[in-house]
Amino acid sequence: MRRSFFPIIFVIAGLLAIWYAAVVPMNIKMALTAAERNGFVVTPVGAKERRDRSAMLLVVQNTFAIKETFALERPRLPAPHQVAAELWDSTINKKITSKRSLVFHGWITLSSTLLGFAIGTGLGILLAIGIVYNRAMDMSVMPWAIASQTIPILAIAPMIIVVFNSVGLQGIFPKAIISAYLSFFPVVVGMVKGLRSPDQMHLDLLKTYNASSTAGFWKLRLPSSMPYLFASLKIGIAASLVGAIVGELPTGAVRGLGARLLSGSYYGQTIQIWSALLGAALLAATLVALISLVQRLTLNRMGML
Amino acid sequence: MSRDSVIEARSLNLTFATNDGPVHALSDVNLTINKGDFVSFIGPSGCGKTTFLRALAALEKPTSGTIRVNGLTPDEARQKRAYGYVFQHAGLYPWRTIAGNIKLPLEIMGFSKSEQLRRTDEVLRLVELEDFSKKYPWQLSGGMQQRASIARALAFDAELLLMDEPFGALDEIVRDHLNEQLLELWQRTDKTICFVTHSIPEAVYLSTKIVVMSPRPGRISDVIESPLLAERPLEIRDSPEFIEIAQRVREGLRAGHGSE
Repeated sequence: MRRSFFPIIFVIAGLLAIWYAAVVPMNIKMALTAAERNGFVVTPVGAKERRDRSAMLLVVQNTFAIKETFALERPRLPAPHQVAAELWDSTINKKITSKRSLVFHGWITLSSTLLGFAIGTGLGILLAIGIVYNRAMDMSVMPWAIASQTIPILAIAPMIIVVFNSVGLQGIFPKAIISAYLSFFPVVVGMVKGLRSPDQMHLDLLKTYNASSTAGFWKLRLPSSMPYLFASLKIGIAASLVGAIVGELPTGAVRGLGARLLSGSYYGQTIQIWSALLGAALLAATLVALISLVQRLTLNRMGML
Repeated sequence: MSRDSVIEARSLNLTFATNDGPVHALSDVNLTINKGDFVSFIGPSGCGKTTFLRALAALEKPTSGTIRVNGLTPDEARQKRAYGYVFQHAGLYPWRTIAGNIKLPLEIMGFSKSEQLRRTDEVLRLVELEDFSKKYPWQLSGGMQQRASIARALAFDAELLLMDEPFGALDEIVRDHLNEQLLELWQRTDKTICFVTHSIPEAVYLSTKIVVMSPRPGRISDVIESPLLAERPLEIRDSPEFIEIAQRVREGLRAGHGSE
């Protein structure tokens, strides 16, 4: 843990430096327009004159405005501290039942993420078992599974929402289906590989015991597949979160991280968008870390770590 | 078929179809193994010794000819769990402790919990691993792992033990020790053992019957009944009788190679 501390800090500091450096040229035109309106002398004069100038040149000509680029209300690219302040304000300072609380929206998205992840993982494992034990499924399922992943989720998400809505299902369930749609695939691929991972000798051994295929599944194939399953679950949970957020976009949902992104873009609230994005990223990182923890505990118990 | 014969192979042929044409792994093999025999199969690689063992265990299907194990076909014998099989590598399940690995066949065969514990303790004592029952395989040396895999094959107390080069990957010192232990175990339990090896001293030291095989096509070139007594200290390997048998095995192997 301590050994990885400095490299992590170093990478974060590097990313922040790049971010801050990008903020200045991205926001300089807006900052100069605002400064000019407030009576400052700006070179060249007039927003129209500046439109086609290179941002870098404008920064060099108006160094006084650099400070302003970090403090705009609706910047093109918000500075990290602005996002951090918004993140703090919308998580700590708001009641979690408030519609302005990011925790509230995060929970909405998280609940459909988890439901979808559970459905997707269950479906993925069942399909993998079918593929490994049934020849017809072995030949037929995988092409369909692959084809399902080539359809852009943005194209199919609204249809899923609409179809479920027409049969009276609303709320987290349709979003969970989109999550499941994205998360079952890595589980299928990983579990097929995992269930087929025992070597011939281990299988022959069971044959000499005249073991049933049920015993072969529980005592050999399933335990062998665990490392593969966990690798797939880490990909699956992140995909589930993306699915839940995408599921909130097309319907103009008013609750959830996706809704925050959407309303932020309607009203040009870039800081809100970025803080929702960062919130989603933190949520994904936490979920993946949780699965890593379960993986560590499970494999440790199995003596495989 | 005599009353005491456990294994009878008659005009056994086994051909593998490969991309380079058929491979005659076994050609016209005839062999009788009696109850309580310790039979070694020795020969260069490709002579069919492992294939013969796998055919006995119903892991390979003969192309023609018959095998009888206790008067049954190999597959019937397998379904009756008539034999324990020890593979070249220990093949312990890494997520099970040593005791857990030994319990595996017992769980599958439906022994009661208390019987599982009793038998596990018993065979662990037999292979002198009682202090390691809670360890995982990777925590044990290669020799200990192989002993655990022998214990696993002994746990359900089959009359017949099929061993496919079980000590092939171990160094000579460990091997000598395990040979001694195996011989002692065989004397104590009165099992019939079929043992595949490519070491002449190992074959002569362990066996009551040595089957010398030669390759392309895989066939039996000599069957030697050992005149050595059942009681065999390691030093017996320097005795004239021992050297004489080893000499005959060597000649049998050379004769098999002469056809190339």
